[in-house]
Amino acid sequence: MSASVIPARTARAIGSFPGGIHPAENKTQSLTRPIQSAPLPETLIIPLTQPGYQQAELLVKVGDHVLKGQPLARGRHGIGVVTHASSSGVVSAISEQAVPNASGLPELAVVISTDGRDQWLPHTGISDFQSVDRDVLLSRITEAGISGLGGAGFPTHIKLRNQHSLIKTLVINACECEPFITADDILMQERAPDIIQGIKILLYLLQPQQCLIGIEDNKPLARAALEKAIDDERIQVVSVPTKYPSGAEKQLIQLLTGLEIPSGTLPAKSGVLCQNVGTAYAIARAIDHGEALISRITTFTGAALNRPGNLEVLIGTPMEALLDACDLDRSQLSRLIMGGSLMGISMTALNLPLLKISNCVIATTAQEIPLPQAALACIRCGMCAEACPVSLLPQQLYWFARSKEHEKATRHNLFDCIECGACAYVCPSHIPLVQYYRAAKAEIRDEQDKHRRGEHSQQRFEFHQQRLEREKAKEEKRRQERAELARRNREAKAAGKPTAGQPDDIQATLERVRAKKAKAKELEENS
Amino acid sequence: MSLPQLSSPHSHRPLGTAQVMQTVILACIPGLLAISYFFGWGTLINILWLGLLALALEALVLRLRKRAIRVYLTDYSALVTAVLLGLSLPPTAPWWLGLIGIAFAIVIAKHLYGGLGYNPFNPAMVAYVVLLISFPLEMSTWLSPRGVASLSPQVPGFLDSLHAIFSFGDKASAIDAYIGATPLDEFKQQRGGMLVSEFWNQNPLFGRWSGRGWEWVNLGFLAGGLFLLYRKIISWHIPFSLLAVMLILSALFYDNGSSTSHGSPLLHLLGGATMLGAFFIATDPVSAATTPRGKLLYGALIGGLVYVIRIWGNYPDAMAFAVLLGNFSAPLIDYYTQPRTFGHQSGK
Repeated sequence: MSASVIPARTARAIGSFPGGIHPAENKTQSLTRPIQSAPLPETLIIPLTQPGYQQAELLVKVGDHVLKGQPLARGRHGIGVVTHASSSGVVSAISEQAVPNASGLPELAVVISTDGRDQWLPHTGISDFQSVDRDVLLSRITEAGISGLGGAGFPTHIKLRNQHSLIKTLVINACECEPFITADDILMQERAPDIIQGIKILLYLLQPQQCLIGIEDNKPLARAALEKAIDDERIQVVSVPTKYPSGAEKQLIQLLTGLEIPSGTLPAKSGVLCQNVGTAYAIARAIDHGEALISRITTFTGAALNRPGNLEVLIGTPMEALLDACDLDRSQLSRLIMGGSLMGISMTALNLPLLKISNCVIATTAQEIPLPQAALACIRCGMCAEACPVSLLPQQLYWFARSKEHEKATRHNLFDCIECGACAYVCPSHIPLVQYYRAAKAEIRDEQDKHRRGEHSQQRFEFHQQRLEREKAKEEKRRQERAELARRNREAKAAGKPTAGQPDDIQATLERVRAKKAKAKELEENS
Repeated sequence: MSLPQLSSPHSHRPLGTAQVMQTVILACIPGLLAISYFFGWGTLINILWLGLLALALEALVLRLRKRAIRVYLTDYSALVTAVLLGLSLPPTAPWWLGLIGIAFAIVIAKHLYGGLGYNPFNPAMVAYVVLLISFPLEMSTWLSPRGVASLSPQVPGFLDSLHAIFSFGDKASAIDAYIGATPLDEFKQQRGGMLVSEFWNQNPLFGRWSGRGWEWVNLGFLAGGLFLLYRKIISWHIPFSLLAVMLILSALFYDNGSSTSHGSPLLHLLGGATMLGAFFIATDPVSAATTPRGKLLYGALIGGLVYVIRIWGNYPDAMAFAVLLGNFSAPLIDYYTQPRTFGHQSGK
């Protein structure tokens, strides 16, 4: 058998997941030009958002001059994310600012008036990461403020810590399955060596047996770039069929490994860890160059932009200037979406700041993405169930959510819903299914919360009762002891011995009281 | 400028309920053409008549229920009911039969139960069964297909059909000359101990595989059904298991065409309402089971019932009864056939 000179790098997916949809991809529009650098904004609005709504610990105050890459705030208890100034300037305010989020609530942010010098805080990289202890690398990743760049934004260092021995497979998510988004695609095309370097750092940190890069088969250029850059035999590119949501974490793991991660558990428990290509890139920048995560590639697309494309933007840049850099036609703009067209969130203003999770901004027109139609009655057609990637029965869940039958909804595994939107996408009656599920989940969580609080006060009541009883018992015991002492004293007295520490008059008083009590008892018994 | 705050997903597949219903109606055309070729204009006239009534009744009820008439009328669901009932009625069904039927379907079976999406039973089949039980004579008066009648025009003309449907009390209609039994009925009642092949050869009601004309009608509906599958309007589960069970049962009891045979699989698969039922009626999503395994079970149940009633029941065909019985079981079937959710062990 003759050995082939170039090993075939790309494998086919060995698993598959049920359901899924094939929406119009809308990716070519933003792929016509290479990554552009964005103009330096006059103001940066850097939200200090922490996971779990924790308070961030501020490291600067208003009026401070900060350098590019200087930490502004960090999470408490080591589980938060460090945020950095993405350019040099003066902290002009630390206040609540409107940010792109689903709730629409403002969040605490550091506002920086940039000085135009874009001056870095001195920083150095590690030239040979293999010569450094893993903990050093991990703390570098923590200090660089890296969080998942695929969209969910989970702090990367938490994912990487304390799991070294467990992980058998490192999965790199290069699917980018949502329509419109091309940020990862172009990043792979242009900066594949850095991505591979980041993956090698992850391999060093986690020591898995293999690394699989899952990429949808609609990105041949990116795949070729990765294959060219791979110089480590542990890394393999796996092509997966283009089908939404192949980039959802557990679905991708199923595609690549055939493993089905049990409900309610993290993939790490099954020996798999998933990271996005963008995150791998950020890790390489942090380790090799000592750069904090202060910029990312964001896709600006949608029919309201005359020059869509991918921009390398500073975190915290107000989007309006970026949209204008892509020649926004305000008269055509009907909606602004951060993220893809299936899971993205609406933005109600043009000037919201760009976040670490902002992989895409869609400035769309009423023709391109029509406003939602009025929902009609569910005809139980079951198209939603066919589209569901986790094999739920979306229409049953819809009935349960509508009628507030929360117990049934929970039993039909409402909480396994990943809110990918495939069901609502195919629903011929245009029912906003995901909205119903979100509301039902929130209501159930609320109920559970109330239940827990109720249980808590019940417990407190019971403890209170127990304490009262304990005190009563103690009192009773003391009374008996006193009675016993009195009895002994009485006996001693009868024997003619002087009582210890009990003067006679006290004894007499006790006697009188006892006689009175006995009399009262007699009366009571007679009545 | 105001930008709306909307919940994801933002984009939507360009396929609505109205298009689903339109596609169903479109897919009925091959079957309707075959019926019209073999039995004349009656069915088409009935469909138009029922369609008119259905829209009027739907509008009336929507008005009474204070619903947006335009929105719900343009979902085409009332028209689908009219078309399915029209295809099921005999081509000579008098106007009042259709009126009673469609009124029952739209007003009682559909709207009294809450309207589209809420009706537990297939409205067209409820109407069909009500008519069959109440007016057995009118409901079992079928025509002989083209190629059987020895008259000079082999099927009734447009005016004859129109007259048959709207003849206000005129009994001596020209249509009487065309009246004849259906092949399934004939096979069940008239065979009298003959071998299947003997009976087949001497009876002009039988064609190549099944009843003359009926085999083409069924092939027409099969073609339409495959179109619906191709367009992903219906899933394969219900037609597949329904037809599979009928095939198995009829093959099992075929007995090589002996004198006690219950007819060949093709007689049953391409006879009566089999294909119309399998692809257009049993698949009515509102009243059918909805889980993948549930659909298989539901289709199998209907297929089995159709065969059992055809052979051992009182009626020559049984799609309507079988579908209604299936409708009864659908919630139970759904409950016990929930798919295994991702990441869960099988069972609960």
